[in-house]
Amino acid sequence: MIVAKGLTKVYGDFKAVDGIDFTVRRGESFGLLGPNGAGKSTTMKMIASTSQRSGGDLLILGKDPNKHGPEIRAHLGVVPQQDNLDRELKVWENLMIYGRYFGLSRKFLKGKIEELLEFAQLGEKRNNKTEELSGGMKRRLTIARGLVNEPEILMLDEPTTGLDPQARHILWDRLFRLKELGVTLVITTHYMDEAEQLCDRLMVMDKGKIMAEGSPAELIKKYSSKEVLEVRFGSENNAAVAKKLEGIGERLEILPDRILVYAENGEKALEQIVKKGLHPVTSLVRRSSLEDVFLRLTGRTLVD
Amino acid sequence: MSMDLSTDNKMTWTGAKNIVDPQVSIRRGALYVAENRIRNMLKWWSSIIAFGLGNPTLYLLSIGIGVGTLVDNSLGPNAIDGVSYLTFLAPALLATAGIQGAMDEVTWPTMEGFVWDRTFFSMNATAITGNQIVNGVMLAAMARCVLQVFLYELCLLAFGAITLESMPILLLVSSLAGLGFASLMLAFSASIKDDDGVFALVGRFVITPMFMFSGTFYPITSMPIYLQWIGWISPQWHATNLGRALSYGMPIESWLLILHWSVFLIMAVIGFAWAHRVFTRRLEA
Ligand SMILES: Nc1ncnc2c1ncn2[C@@H]1O[C@H](COP(=O)(O)OP(=O)(O)OP(=O)(O)O)[C@@H](O)[C@H]1O
Ligand SMILES: [Mg+2]
Repeated sequence: MIVAKGLTKVYGDFKAVDGIDFTVRRGESFGLLGPNGAGKSTTMKMIASTSQRSGGDLLILGKDPNKHGPEIRAHLGVVPQQDNLDRELKVWENLMIYGRYFGLSRKFLKGKIEELLEFAQLGEKRNNKTEELSGGMKRRLTIARGLVNEPEILMLDEPTTGLDPQARHILWDRLFRLKELGVTLVITTHYMDEAEQLCDRLMVMDKGKIMAEGSPAELIKKYSSKEVLEVRFGSENNAAVAKKLEGIGERLEILPDRILVYAENGEKALEQIVKKGLHPVTSLVRRSSLEDVFLRLTGRTLVD
Repeated sequence: MSMDLSTDNKMTWTGAKNIVDPQVSIRRGALYVAENRIRNMLKWWSSIIAFGLGNPTLYLLSIGIGVGTLVDNSLGPNAIDGVSYLTFLAPALLATAGIQGAMDEVTWPTMEGFVWDRTFFSMNATAITGNQIVNGVMLAAMARCVLQVFLYELCLLAFGAITLESMPILLLVSSLAGLGFASLMLAFSASIKDDDGVFALVGRFVITPMFMFSGTFYPITSMPIYLQWIGWISPQWHATNLGRALSYGMPIESWLLILHWSVFLIMAVIGFAWAHRVFTRRLEA
């Protein structure tokens, strides 16, 4: 569905996306992770066939967006990071005009709008202007709008930012169903639980480059230990104590408020710490998660 | 909001491949953009009508009738072009209405589309192209322009300033002036990053002088020669002069007649080409 080779985007002399290769298969759900400014949205816009690439090859639905932009976009659904609804128009009108851009008939759209209002749980707000919606409601409307043409690929740039936990879970459920219908999903997110829940495959980016790629389980296996011990010694003491912890576990990560000890066995690591005569204020052993992978790959305070 | 997480969302799903034919948007995209712009305008239809009728009425009562009576009384048989002052003034007022009407629908909507609401980016995320957005916005602006000129004409007709027969040709001339100028303004609006008072400056240093020095209130030739150039580059003057020639038969040389028509077309051609370029670049960044 999507094939990128050496994909590059340059703004002035700044490389926002720096020669990345990746493939997304039909029906797959593909996640882009990375810190702020990594180049996720820029990559999304190139896939969405709006932003022109500066270099490399890109094929979407088998076509080159430089030559067939409108044809490709006709079959895509795009949810941009920044909502761009028409403030003056009502909720239902926003769905109507967006559907019209695809050349869909008013008759078809009438039914579609009902479904989408239900999808976004905005039935009661159908006649409100969008400027009267809350932030999360606008987000839901933008997501619903992206579905109006029943896209083959749905691109979601931080879809759940600003959604309450309940709305997030509902959205995950709905996206999961879209996936079952065969829709290909491309998602960026800063929520690791979301990436873990939704994505079959992830790509971690930083500074325009790909740092790692694989399924959530693969990434955790490759880049993190089985368990993580989190210990707190009080913010002022963490850095000093960390020096004494060297050698315990496979790796340490020192965060402002706590120290993460990556180890095969967290309890054992804790015993070793206590043996050294150190007594953390609190301690917690948990399984490794994507969050740890993310820290490892993009964090700047690595102590190996 | 419903608490029931399990509500089965009854989504029918046929898939874009089956329901969206890209060729439809490729052919008719500009119309869909215009449809949206008009939908937006309709939110303000009462103010558009009220303004379209109220403004000229006030203007005609004060300047047209007030000043007109004064001018007609003092000039007597030596009246400009041998017609009443109001008749002389009418084509100029219509040109202003045309230019203003079209301009209002290209400047603010463009700021909205690129900066405030970013709606142009949402259009462009569908099959719609930058060129189609330009064409659609202009199409809707011209609808507003024609309506505004027509309303003005009704007022002028009521005041006896124009004749019924001259209405179509004046409508055409004033709307073409609007088209020429607005297409340039559309490209200009798309080139600025944010408003920052640019439009206020344009109003003060372009629109107002254009209105004042384009032979609106007296023939351009009564102005000192070093100010006359403003008229020559102003669509307002070309429309005014053309309107005078074609409505009440002000004498005019044929080369000038051709020049007047050409100015509108040249402005439109340059404006569209420039706007297409700026829109596409900005959307593709
Ligand atoms: N139009 C632009 N002009 C110049 N630089 C840009 C432009 N758009 C993005 N950039 C730069 O490109 C880099 C990548 O931006 P991008 O929006 O892709 O990041 P991101 O990964 O989506 O970040 P975030 O998580 O904050 O959304 C940033 O350094 C940004 O400043
Ligand atoms: Mg982003």
